[in-house]
Amino acid sequence: MNTKIAMILLLASATTLSACAKKAPAELPPAPQETAAPTQTGPQVQPAGPQVGTQAHFAQAVGSSTTIYFDTDRYNIDSQDAAALQAQAQYFARFPQLTFTIEGHADERGTREYNLALGERRANAAKAYLVSLGVDSNRISVLSYGKERPVALGSDESSWAQNRRAASVIIN
Amino acid sequence: MTKKLTLLLSAALFASPLAAQDLGAPIGAEQRVERVQVEGQDDAEGPLRGTVTDESAWSDIGIAIPAFATDANRPTPANEAGTAALGREISRVITANLRNNGLFKPVGPDSLPAPGFPQITAPTFDTWSGRGAEMLVQGYVRAREDGRLVVGCYLYDVQLQNQLVREGWVVAPGDWRRAAHKCSDLIFSRLTGESPFFDSRIAYIAETGPKDRRVKRLAVMDSDGANHRFLTLGSATALTPRYSPDYSKILYLSYVDGNPRIYVYDIGTGKQTLVTENRNPTIAPRWSPDGRFILYSMAVAGNTDIYRVPATGGASVKLTDNPGIDVGGSYSPDGTKIVFESDRSGSQQCYIMNADGTDQRRISFFGGRCATPEWSPRGDQIAFTRIAGNFNIAVMNTSGGGLRTLTSGWQDEAPTWAPNGRIIQFFRTERNTGRSGIWQVDLTGQNERRLPTPVDASDPAWGPIRP
Repeated sequence: MNTKIAMILLLASATTLSACAKKAPAELPPAPQETAAPTQTGPQVQPAGPQVGTQAHFAQAVGSSTTIYFDTDRYNIDSQDAAALQAQAQYFARFPQLTFTIEGHADERGTREYNLALGERRANAAKAYLVSLGVDSNRISVLSYGKERPVALGSDESSWAQNRRAASVIIN
Repeated sequence: MTKKLTLLLSAALFASPLAAQDLGAPIGAEQRVERVQVEGQDDAEGPLRGTVTDESAWSDIGIAIPAFATDANRPTPANEAGTAALGREISRVITANLRNNGLFKPVGPDSLPAPGFPQITAPTFDTWSGRGAEMLVQGYVRAREDGRLVVGCYLYDVQLQNQLVREGWVVAPGDWRRAAHKCSDLIFSRLTGESPFFDSRIAYIAETGPKDRRVKRLAVMDSDGANHRFLTLGSATALTPRYSPDYSKILYLSYVDGNPRIYVYDIGTGKQTLVTENRNPTIAPRWSPDGRFILYSMAVAGNTDIYRVPATGGASVKLTDNPGIDVGGSYSPDGTKIVFESDRSGSQQCYIMNADGTDQRRISFFGGRCATPEWSPRGDQIAFTRIAGNFNIAVMNTSGGGLRTLTSGWQDEAPTWAPNGRIIQFFRTERNTGRSGIWQVDLTGQNERRLPTPVDASDPAWGPIRP
């Protein structure tokens, strides 16, 4: 029952967060669907949807805030990144049993080795911000993929903007 | 209960080494090629009168390369049709070597008469001068009792009717192409005065699959693309290999344990070890010219610096200590200096430091960015990826002057030098598709061509001349 309440609170806050969604590159992957309606209360069937401890659950809770984006060659946390990381921090505060990896990425317009270092820098910038918000650093691992794992496949500004990212991924 | 626990434990013990495994079967250790005296005319010594030093003139030299003869056609594992057919194949390899690198205009065995074995040391010069050949390459293959092959290689000046150079090698049947490369090197060096480069190998990354899930495998091949082998299976991403100077090992990056880490792969045993026992990610491996040291770059709390560790293991020394990204590093041929890349001034630029990390100073000041610098084996030039809009391969002198851009692709990255410092290989990535291939260009910016690889290819690393 406690979990159920937590879930409901969570979904409610996710709705609030997505309402005040900001920037993010022009072409983002579709936003996660809002599944369970927060009005469904009372003693009924198990709430449908992803379980705690899955990436889907995290994504459902924080929306597009699982990932933050960077300008070319930059790794600073701007106000939009800060808002996204605050949403993540709230989620990880609610589920203290969860550990996760921050994957740092770069766009294809950098050399391979520099991009590996840059991805490392971006993931660590996100980690440092989450730690400053109270997330235990032992719960966070970082991993750079450089330019090896793009999400947007074009060779244009919009694709590159989507690929310069630090994505938080729940460890199962 | 105890039994179950034991079972579980042993399952875990078996599972863990397998889990972190991406290596294919070993290809065996590097073999030396033995030189032998070969018979010939006695006038091999003396001044070289056919030497041409002007580059434009080299390519005009007409070289005839008829099929290598054999003393007796014997079976050999190197060619199912025997040593006579093998002799023709050797001539084809030499012809392709000289032609593909734009150095000469050779005519190969398929359009020439084949000399007999006695004519190898006594060419019928009139036949060749009648065909307009200025130079003549002849040779022979002989199968020894022990199964090994003796290959003799002779270069004649047709006009002067004399022998310029000759040499012979003993090779295992599986190494017959090396004899062809040694012969190519002999001809190339004698006619140009340059150091050899054909008998060398290239480590690189073979790429397959879609752009967002690229499968990247460690692979090796000869300088002409032959004898291709995959060394890893592709379950883990492999990147940025570097051959050790003696070809006994390859440094490369693998995600085999889930994180980017540098491994030292032993070619003879097919086993690998971590370059340093450390939980931090390690990238950008490099050898010192004598093979005694390894440079690697390591990110600690997000900040990447360059370290040096003895190749045999031991304590690492931190060479850079800067909040910027310091990465890569390439030694000068004498081992006293290192050129590396840093964004400490805001964007990627090239810097030089002493091998102990002292006296770090920026050398690139020509606009755009300077990445992946590689010191020429000759010492006087540094090749790098120039980022100024597109990515192109460029060279500069060791003071950062004399900039010359050699390529004009959309994304040409990561130069690697031929052992003689005359040719640069790099990889070219196609816009949108992300497909990649290995290309080469010579120092003049001429003779750009793509190397044949079975699948897409990137991160070439050209090794030295083989022993």
